[in-house]
Amino acid sequence: MIAIEHVYWLIGAFLVVATGLNLRERRWAMAAFWAVLASAFLFGDAIQRAGANGARWPAQAMGLGVIALGLLAASGKMQTARDSEGAASVRRAGAQRLGNRLFVPALAIPLVTLALVLGAKYLRWGTTTLIDPAQPTLISLGIACTIALIVALRTTRAHVPQAFGEGRRLLDTLGCVAVLPMLLATLGSVFAATGVGDAIAALVGMVIPTDNRIACLAAFALGMVLFTVIMGNAFAAFPVLMAGIGLPLLVLRHGADPAVLGAMGMLTGYCGTLLTPMAANFNIVPAVLLELPDQYGVIRAQMPTAFALLAVNVVLMALLVFRVH
Amino acid sequence: MNYWPLLGVAVVVAGFVLKRSPVLVVVVAGVVSALAAGMGVGDLLALLGNSFVSNRALLLFVLTLPVVGLLERYGLRERAQAWIAGFRSMTLARLLIAYLGLRQLLSMFGLIDLAGHAQTVRPLLAPMSEAAAGADEPIDDATRDRVRALAAATDNIGRFFGEDVFLAFGGVLLIQGFYDRQGIHLEPLSIALWALPTALAAFVIHAIRIAWFQRGLARRALREKDDSGKPLLDARTQGGAPQ
Repeated sequence: MIAIEHVYWLIGAFLVVATGLNLRERRWAMAAFWAVLASAFLFGDAIQRAGANGARWPAQAMGLGVIALGLLAASGKMQTARDSEGAASVRRAGAQRLGNRLFVPALAIPLVTLALVLGAKYLRWGTTTLIDPAQPTLISLGIACTIALIVALRTTRAHVPQAFGEGRRLLDTLGCVAVLPMLLATLGSVFAATGVGDAIAALVGMVIPTDNRIACLAAFALGMVLFTVIMGNAFAAFPVLMAGIGLPLLVLRHGADPAVLGAMGMLTGYCGTLLTPMAANFNIVPAVLLELPDQYGVIRAQMPTAFALLAVNVVLMALLVFRVH
Repeated sequence: MNYWPLLGVAVVVAGFVLKRSPVLVVVVAGVVSALAAGMGVGDLLALLGNSFVSNRALLLFVLTLPVVGLLERYGLRERAQAWIAGFRSMTLARLLIAYLGLRQLLSMFGLIDLAGHAQTVRPLLAPMSEAAAGADEPIDDATRDRVRALAAATDNIGRFFGEDVFLAFGGVLLIQGFYDRQGIHLEPLSIALWALPTALAAFVIHAIRIAWFQRGLARRALREKDDSGKPLLDARTQGGAPQ
């Protein structure tokens, strides 16, 4: 059975290759950065198992690694190699020669993922399924990337080392931004463990007039947005705001419909996700991937939609939450 | 109630406002928040390490990089542009609105990671959007960057406001689980259905914005055509003149 752990090992192996290539070019900071990250993928399962058995030192070593990532990113020594001369002409020649065949491997990533997700139930060997049913989409994506790489190698007649070299070129372009999503999620866990959410909920509770249901609803909606902007994740905001305002004031006191409040409250938080650099994988990573000069360029493009949708959503909530029973 | 861990939030806000290295800001914020909560160094390191490892799934997009990198070296982006440029009737608005609708529909069926910034936006959607935007009139660098940003924004909006309609999506289960622990029992379907009005509103609002963006492009192209009679030097001396 293919489990998510095997996909993680594959990522670890790719990061080791990126480390090696950077070592060969004597770019030590970049090499160290990918080496620390690779260890999280190669030993992640072992760290979690050790933690379950009561051994804390592997997780603590990883924690030191996380701090090292921060220091390496701040050292300013993570420059990337420039695009080589003549690459543009190679690209144009390739586009001419290969034509629409270039789309096949690119589209194979989503299409093979789709086929594997849909077919996961039927791919079985006796009683064990090929794909671990706990994480079908992510594992399918991992397999699809591998299949797409094989197809791409056949289409372009390139060699495996060249594919890793090109992948590493893109990885170095992303640089430390690549780990930002992981680090922000880590920060979310730290905030949860240190009671940041409870402190904010207590502060919000002090300032709103609790007798007015519209005031409570507005505080809930704006709290969802604000908290999502700070945490970068509506999932982190939801339990805090529900426990602080949603459940005690709106549902229990003012009789709001829980299903409507839950669904629309979460989506109100999503408007905040569109606005925050903390949601790095959606807002900062694409700005770097698309080589935008402004790292907040994607957020700027989303801002008008986010505010208009927020306004519509609050009105929809005010109309629907108290009426449906 | 201990309010000191909020210092971590202050570090995040200050760091992003001052545009410091985001990776460092996030690490420092975590350390500050944990120390302010009275956590020891050993607990702090273990918490950092464990949380980091358990969020590994967020780096899965890295696996697409060798494929995308290799195809780009052989001209994928150039080919995507040429392909879109071959359609006479393809406009930026039609391309992006169609993508928005498709992305929302696919997300509603749980196919969330099918598309994304590394998988589809950088190699396909962004170059196609550039080609569609520059079909009539070549676009300058600043406009090209705005088109790329709009393509990325369209992917995010399509994803976000489709996924909550999907029954087995984590968000729906999170909502159901929260109420369940409080003694309120709901069917996932009743939660997911109430995500539909917002999904529809998101589609309408963003589609209108895309259409407006295209009208702005067309208007600017017209204005530049009018200005093209004047000598270029004129504009330059005006911009550089001391006030």
